[in-house]
Amino acid sequence: MIIFDSVTKNYPGGYVALDGINLEIAPGEMVVLSGHSGAGKSTLLKLIPAFERPSSGIVQINGQNVSSLSRRAIPYVRRNIGVVLQETRLLFDRSISDNILLPLVINGHPPGEAGRRVSAALERVGLAGREKEFPAGLSGGEQQRVAIARAFVNRPSILIADEPTAHLDPAYASEIAGLFGSFNEAGVTVLVATHDISLFRYWSPRQIILDHGRILTEQ
Amino acid sequence: MLNWLYLHFRAFVLALKRLGKQPFGTLLSALVMGIALALPAGGYVLLDNVSALARGVSGAPEISIFLNNDVDFAQIEAVRRNLENVPHLADFRFVSRDEALKQLEESGLGDVLGGIPANPLPDAFIVTLQSDDPELFEVLKAEMKDWPDVAHVQLDSAWVKRLAALLELARTMMLALSVLLGFALVIVTFNTVRLQILTQKNEIEVSRLLGATDRFIRRPFYWFGGLQGVLGGLIALGAVWGGIEALREPVAKVAEAYGVMISLSGPDWRESLALVGIAAALGWLGTAI
Repeated sequence: MIIFDSVTKNYPGGYVALDGINLEIAPGEMVVLSGHSGAGKSTLLKLIPAFERPSSGIVQINGQNVSSLSRRAIPYVRRNIGVVLQETRLLFDRSISDNILLPLVINGHPPGEAGRRVSAALERVGLAGREKEFPAGLSGGEQQRVAIARAFVNRPSILIADEPTAHLDPAYASEIAGLFGSFNEAGVTVLVATHDISLFRYWSPRQIILDHGRILTEQ
Repeated sequence: MLNWLYLHFRAFVLALKRLGKQPFGTLLSALVMGIALALPAGGYVLLDNVSALARGVSGAPEISIFLNNDVDFAQIEAVRRNLENVPHLADFRFVSRDEALKQLEESGLGDVLGGIPANPLPDAFIVTLQSDDPELFEVLKAEMKDWPDVAHVQLDSAWVKRLAALLELARTMMLALSVLLGFALVIVTFNTVRLQILTQKNEIEVSRLLGATDRFIRRPFYWFGGLQGVLGGLIALGAVWGGIEALREPVAKVAEAYGVMISLSGPDWRESLALVGIAAALGWLGTAI
């Protein structure tokens, strides 16, 4: 369960990114956040893995208040949350498999098991057999698929994605949306911030539209 | 435990790769460390050699009692009796003037007496004590000087003591130099690692996003600093050995000219290991700050 309780986020200079957000997301739910640029979608997502802290209010993940966690405790929360960003943030000097392996190494998985998980993740995103290739040789869509594989290889219970289909052509964007849908079907809580809700309509997600840091409508 | 070792192994391999990616930069940094380490290390080795030489030449501290030139057998025996009554005496031996002359000739310095028709050397007693207390030596010297038929009393250990004091001073200065250069090395490593951190900024940020702890992120940098230290230590070791090999022949020639046997020795395996270990520790420390 993800709970936002009266969450406000102010940035220096007086800019209010989120203004008193109250939101509950049940385990296994799929939520699509939309709204114009600067509506607060990205900020809301960033509060979940504690990339940022709220100015006031509480963010709870499975009963744990992540807004007041110590700096040392935050990494352990992040290991249970898969994150996909608009920029893939892949390491271009490492092979595809090494990129996907990184969260498993961080989480302390033994090499044998980690190798099996990497192969399974690559197969899931349709890149089986391309382990040794480097990200620079992949298309934008393929790079995003590697980023998604890296996000779920740790089998997180929550997957958040910030504009994962931006800059992709419609065919690739549909594929990526399909991947998120399939994860949700497997029981993962999925939160996606997007400008294009239609891509996810097939999975009938809960749609939340943000405007100036507030929840405008919810369906 | 096994996982902890695996993480260190990965960090070690990653650090090796990072070092290998910038061979020129790595070599330059290692050279800076190596030269800075070679200075105090070479100094210590030199001091060790001089100390060993001093020990070899001096042996146990002695008192030489030179008698007047015209002493007869009875007067020599009187001095011998005096010596037998001296407390704390370990041993003494009589060196006749003829024997002294023979020893001088055997040492290759006989030429200095070439123009003198008669043997100018005096009869002497060489005395060793049970104690090496400098004060006791001074007291005995003063006492022996007043004995009849004694021309001169000389403490043979005096120059060794002065040398030992000089060596001690040099050691202290070398220690100060080592601390200073060690500090410089820590700063050099700190700067190299700081540049590495800037180069690996993206990787660090991605690792943080994926839940890496500070320890996980720092581990490869610790290995990086440590490995750079090891490289620097090995270069320093090579420089010290190179210096010794270069000096071995000239020093041997000088020593031969003075009729002394000198064999320069480099650091043994324990000292070599300590040098590399200290270098690695300095590299590690440079990363830690």
